[in-house]
Amino acid sequence: MMDSRKKRPSLAVEIAGIKMKNPVMPASGTFGYGEEYAGYLDLEGLGAIVTKGLSLKPKAGNPTPRIAETTSGMLNAIGLQNVGIDGFIEYKLPFLREVNTPVIINFFGNTLEEYGEVAQRLSDIPEIAGVELNISCPNVKQGGIVFGTDPVCAHEVVAHVRKYLKKPLIAKLTPNVTDIAVVARAVEEAGADAISCINTITGMAVDVRTRRPRLANRTGGLSGPAIRPIAVRMVHQVVQAVKVPVIGIGGIVEAADALEFLIVGASAVQVGTANFVDPSAMADIIAGLEKFLVEEGIEDIRELIGSLEL
Amino acid sequence: MKNFKTIILSNQELSPGYYRMRILAPGFGAMARPGQFIMFRSRMSHPSLLRRPFGIFRIGHLPPDCEGQPPKEYLEILYKVVGRGTSVMQELHQGDRVEVLGPLGRGFDAGQPGEEKILVGGGIGLVPLYMLAEELMRTSPVRLLMGGRTRDDILAVTEFERLGVKTYVSTDDGSLGEEGFVTEALVRALENSPAATVYACGPMPMIEAVYQICASRGVGLQVSLEALMACGVGACLGCVVKGAGHSDQTPRYLCTCKEGPVFRAEQLDWSRLGEENGYCEGCKS
Repeated sequence: MMDSRKKRPSLAVEIAGIKMKNPVMPASGTFGYGEEYAGYLDLEGLGAIVTKGLSLKPKAGNPTPRIAETTSGMLNAIGLQNVGIDGFIEYKLPFLREVNTPVIINFFGNTLEEYGEVAQRLSDIPEIAGVELNISCPNVKQGGIVFGTDPVCAHEVVAHVRKYLKKPLIAKLTPNVTDIAVVARAVEEAGADAISCINTITGMAVDVRTRRPRLANRTGGLSGPAIRPIAVRMVHQVVQAVKVPVIGIGGIVEAADALEFLIVGASAVQVGTANFVDPSAMADIIAGLEKFLVEEGIEDIRELIGSLEL
Repeated sequence: MKNFKTIILSNQELSPGYYRMRILAPGFGAMARPGQFIMFRSRMSHPSLLRRPFGIFRIGHLPPDCEGQPPKEYLEILYKVVGRGTSVMQELHQGDRVEVLGPLGRGFDAGQPGEEKILVGGGIGLVPLYMLAEELMRTSPVRLLMGGRTRDDILAVTEFERLGVKTYVSTDDGSLGEEGFVTEALVRALENSPAATVYACGPMPMIEAVYQICASRGVGLQVSLEALMACGVGACLGCVVKGAGHSDQTPRYLCTCKEGPVFRAEQLDWSRLGEENGYCEGCKS
């Protein structure tokens, strides 16, 4: 009895062959390249580090204003500003190399060919544990249709990347679709090893005094606690549709929020906007998960995954 | 930098719509440089999600409450109520729990000792200039040119005078000091001290006018900018400004939070600075 009470519960999970100390990692674009937050929390305490989205060439991003706070959330239209893959290797990778936590690179392309080229380049970097594919981008060669909003396009881009990528592949799904389960099945069939969802929900806000959109880009992605119930619902749908592991994302601020995603069947979670509000949010969430397991007498967090009672 | 989980010591209205908040922050002063800022958040409720950026006005110490106790350090911010975040802040009281992330960003460069330093403040833009004045007064003569729409926008000038700073006040309506823009006073001041360095913070039209005046005379200028900001540490990329040499082909975006908020004038692309960014009075923080 004494022994079992003293034993710390296991928080470890494995996603597509990537071993993580716990199921908590940052959502791409909310944690820079890790270094930005190194002074505020122990990066080695995280399940993984997910980088800001990379593209083949550096990307300037959108004009400002790029962000707008809304009720329990924020809109952003950063425009995927990033240093490009060469800049990442030269300036950002040396820091990440020294951190004993799996590094997951988020990336995107403007064309199918670009996706393939980045995938090939990333395959050659041994320090990268896996990649997360952002398919919420317009295909510039096909009239700007967003790859991830059409199951056929989503299948095509994932299958193309799969050909060139020699790393675990996580496909990140957009919620701006009619039926996310259909897209989830398409990317699974195309060879994704895991699915992360949801990306931001397209939204808009207006300054009533100037009568102008609050974002220069007019519309942007809504994130934060406002979207969590939608995200939990979509993760629930995706988990039922596919066999590959699912990473739940959307408005997680505290441990109880992360638990909702795990209980509906997510194998891990990503924390986004909360990092901006509290740089140590993920450390608090991890501690909160452990406390919950101890209180509930659960020895292994994996027992919780998909334990939803219906 | 650090996330201080601390309390409010006082939160008082200075003039209509302007407040001074004093926050307990032991150890903060040793880290803080003039021109740096904090990301503030109330822990009492969650009506606004994101933190708000505020320039550090000054660092001080409470009188010791009993012998042998080291005096407690605090920081002060001055803020103007402009939106949802600051509306909530004005309701906070002594003892309320808050978080202060900071000190953040790059502050002012003190420049060459001896030469005159001219500080130009517009309204709440005065805030980051106080600690700068404290530092500059040790080595150089310092002049403050303070402007506002009305007398209500003129803050804390007597505190600068107590440091020995020569101060000059102008208001658009002439309700305090001279009637007119603070930039007119800057032109006159530079005629007398052409070798001066100028430090400015205020609404964007004022900053742009100060830039034109300094650029045409070859006068060194440092500006403190304000921007909408989510993280304050260079991760969200929400607060960028265009740097010198920026083009769509060769993007050169600078993070106001990390590479600023203080920039040397030559670091920035002034051709398009004002059209995009909402500063000071424009931003709905």
